[in-house]
Amino acid sequence: MRAREEILKKIASILPPGREALREAEYDALPQHYQTQSNLTEEEILAVFTDRLHDYNALVHRCTEAEVAKTIKSILESRNKRNILVPEAIPVEWLPDGFEYTRDLELTYDDMDRSEGVLTDCAVAIAISGTIVVRHSVYHGRRALTLVPDYHLCVVHINKIVETAPEGFRRIENLLPAPLTTISGPSATSDIEMIRVKGVHGPRTLEVILVSPDP
Amino acid sequence: MSVRVGEAAQAPPFPEAAKTLIANSQLRRNVRNATDIIRNKRNRVVGEVEDWQELRDAAKSIKDHTLRHLDHYLLQFEEACTRAGGKVHWAKDADEANRIITEIIQSHQQNEVIKVKTMTSDETRLNVALEKAGITPYETDLADLIVQLGEDKPSHIVVPALHRNRMEIREIFMRKMGLDSLGYQPEDIAAAARAYLRERFLRVKIGISGANFLLAESGSVCVVESEGNGRMCLSLPDVLISLVGIEKIIPSFRELEVFLQLLPRSATGERMNPYNSIWTGVTPGDGPQEFHIVLLDNGRTKVLADEASRETLDCIRCGACLNACPVYRQTGGHAYGSIYAGPIGAILTPQLQSMEHSQTLPYASSLCGACYEVCPVKINIPEILIHLRTKVVESGEVPITEKLAMKGAAFAMGDADRLSIAHAFARVAQSPFSHDGKIERLPGMLAGWTAFRDMSAIPDQSFRDWWKDREKSR
Repeated sequence: MRAREEILKKIASILPPGREALREAEYDALPQHYQTQSNLTEEEILAVFTDRLHDYNALVHRCTEAEVAKTIKSILESRNKRNILVPEAIPVEWLPDGFEYTRDLELTYDDMDRSEGVLTDCAVAIAISGTIVVRHSVYHGRRALTLVPDYHLCVVHINKIVETAPEGFRRIENLLPAPLTTISGPSATSDIEMIRVKGVHGPRTLEVILVSPDP
Repeated sequence: MSVRVGEAAQAPPFPEAAKTLIANSQLRRNVRNATDIIRNKRNRVVGEVEDWQELRDAAKSIKDHTLRHLDHYLLQFEEACTRAGGKVHWAKDADEANRIITEIIQSHQQNEVIKVKTMTSDETRLNVALEKAGITPYETDLADLIVQLGEDKPSHIVVPALHRNRMEIREIFMRKMGLDSLGYQPEDIAAAARAYLRERFLRVKIGISGANFLLAESGSVCVVESEGNGRMCLSLPDVLISLVGIEKIIPSFRELEVFLQLLPRSATGERMNPYNSIWTGVTPGDGPQEFHIVLLDNGRTKVLADEASRETLDCIRCGACLNACPVYRQTGGHAYGSIYAGPIGAILTPQLQSMEHSQTLPYASSLCGACYEVCPVKINIPEILIHLRTKVVESGEVPITEKLAMKGAAFAMGDADRLSIAHAFARVAQSPFSHDGKIERLPGMLAGWTAFRDMSAIPDQSFRDWWKDREKSR
């Protein structure tokens, strides 16, 4: 406990007294002249998001709500996957027949490591940086579920896509204290000669399905 | 209390270290090549952000505000983190932090840990302390792994193995991982790291991390990374220990909308790094069920105390100033003798050590200002460098001859008549050394100036005299 008191005492001796009374007003007055709202149409936002995902070497598909299961089926077939991990609260109507789905109830990390991949939803997506945010819970799975498998297929409804980072972060700030992970493309490194290499420890393949409402 | 910044207190002075490193042409080529790539990428993605300056202003204001209320925000963080099931520790210096961490590991009877890149642990030399206690730390960041396996030192804040090219890395990996063959492409090397570390990620019970941001309001921690090794270390072990400098705190989740736009673009030239993890204490059924955070001072309150250079603590460790710095680009990071290299290292290292060591670092700059221009939190590094140079001079570590010379120069230049008398003396004194209006070699303590360049001799007539003559002859 001594270190705590000493550090706090030292800070208090350095900074001027009476600051505390000003703190909230000072915080409220912090400049916020950066962009916090979108200037783009929905189609433009989608185009930016798709472009950014491609830039990260993520694969992108588009379909309507009614076509989700069909789209997932063709993706899994083309990749020869038979058994996919899913979070507990995955919407059943997304899951096409003819495949096995393992709900993450008591999977070990080794189970996840041996799996063929994982399918999840997301909380919000930020177009300008090609970012998907998952909220670790029964909805999008424990932290390990979207990490240990080598393949991540993520469903993104277009009403969850915003243009800017401030719009995205403000949508999810009330989700704390649930752990959150932002995902921008497959895992990557630039540690060797600053060349971006796709795929290190996280999923080496990220595939995204953009879902529009039924016409 | 003893502040330690890696091995900076034992490092040779910058000019001495730089001389050796500049002679290594392979290293210079590697550093030049990597910083060229990273600068171009950064410039491209920063150029497309129309509100970049507004984001910088916001970031600077947030950081300065937080530092002005540092005690409030630290206490708020402590309370919220504790409420969420985390255990908060405080450490005055490096030894205390290392001791706390070692004891936690020993209390679980473990003898190995997985680590995600943390500069702060390099600062406290945690790995050395752990090994002394019989605990094996596994670095999991690719660059840190290259440094650890190569028994090397980090040379860059973001890309610690930036001074190595792929051939050198390949050789280190083959030797240390016992591989018979390994491809030459960066992809092959990354795949080797994946295979080497996967088993450790799944097995080791304790993870150690740093943090990029602490969110005071919610008691949450944010770690920014690319490879997924961070998520592995933060999610899979039973116990997680985060070692964090007290200046890493920001008021709330809201401010991430600013910093997570600035940091990746400045650091690696990416619009967003692949992964950011944000967690709050312990989440039942998900991730480590025991979470410790060690809040480290280690000289930071001393930096806080000097108002003229306090903003050094605003740094978010993006490394943009290193890549932009003409001095760093020549010498690489090792010349700075500290884990904090480049312009930010030149101001941070000496201050953390109360100006008692690393006194040549504030001079390791041409004051060109490139570092200030690229800094995402607008730290005025050139101004702080000058401030620290003043401190070095005042501390009396300057040779008496230099002090006298400076005093003499100030006296002579303070008055026009005295200056012209000094010129007359100098014209006579320079005659043995000057040829054709050039001085190629100066004697004694002045020799350093002409070691790499010629100096113009003082002309026979000064501008003032020439002007006077010209007026007279009209």
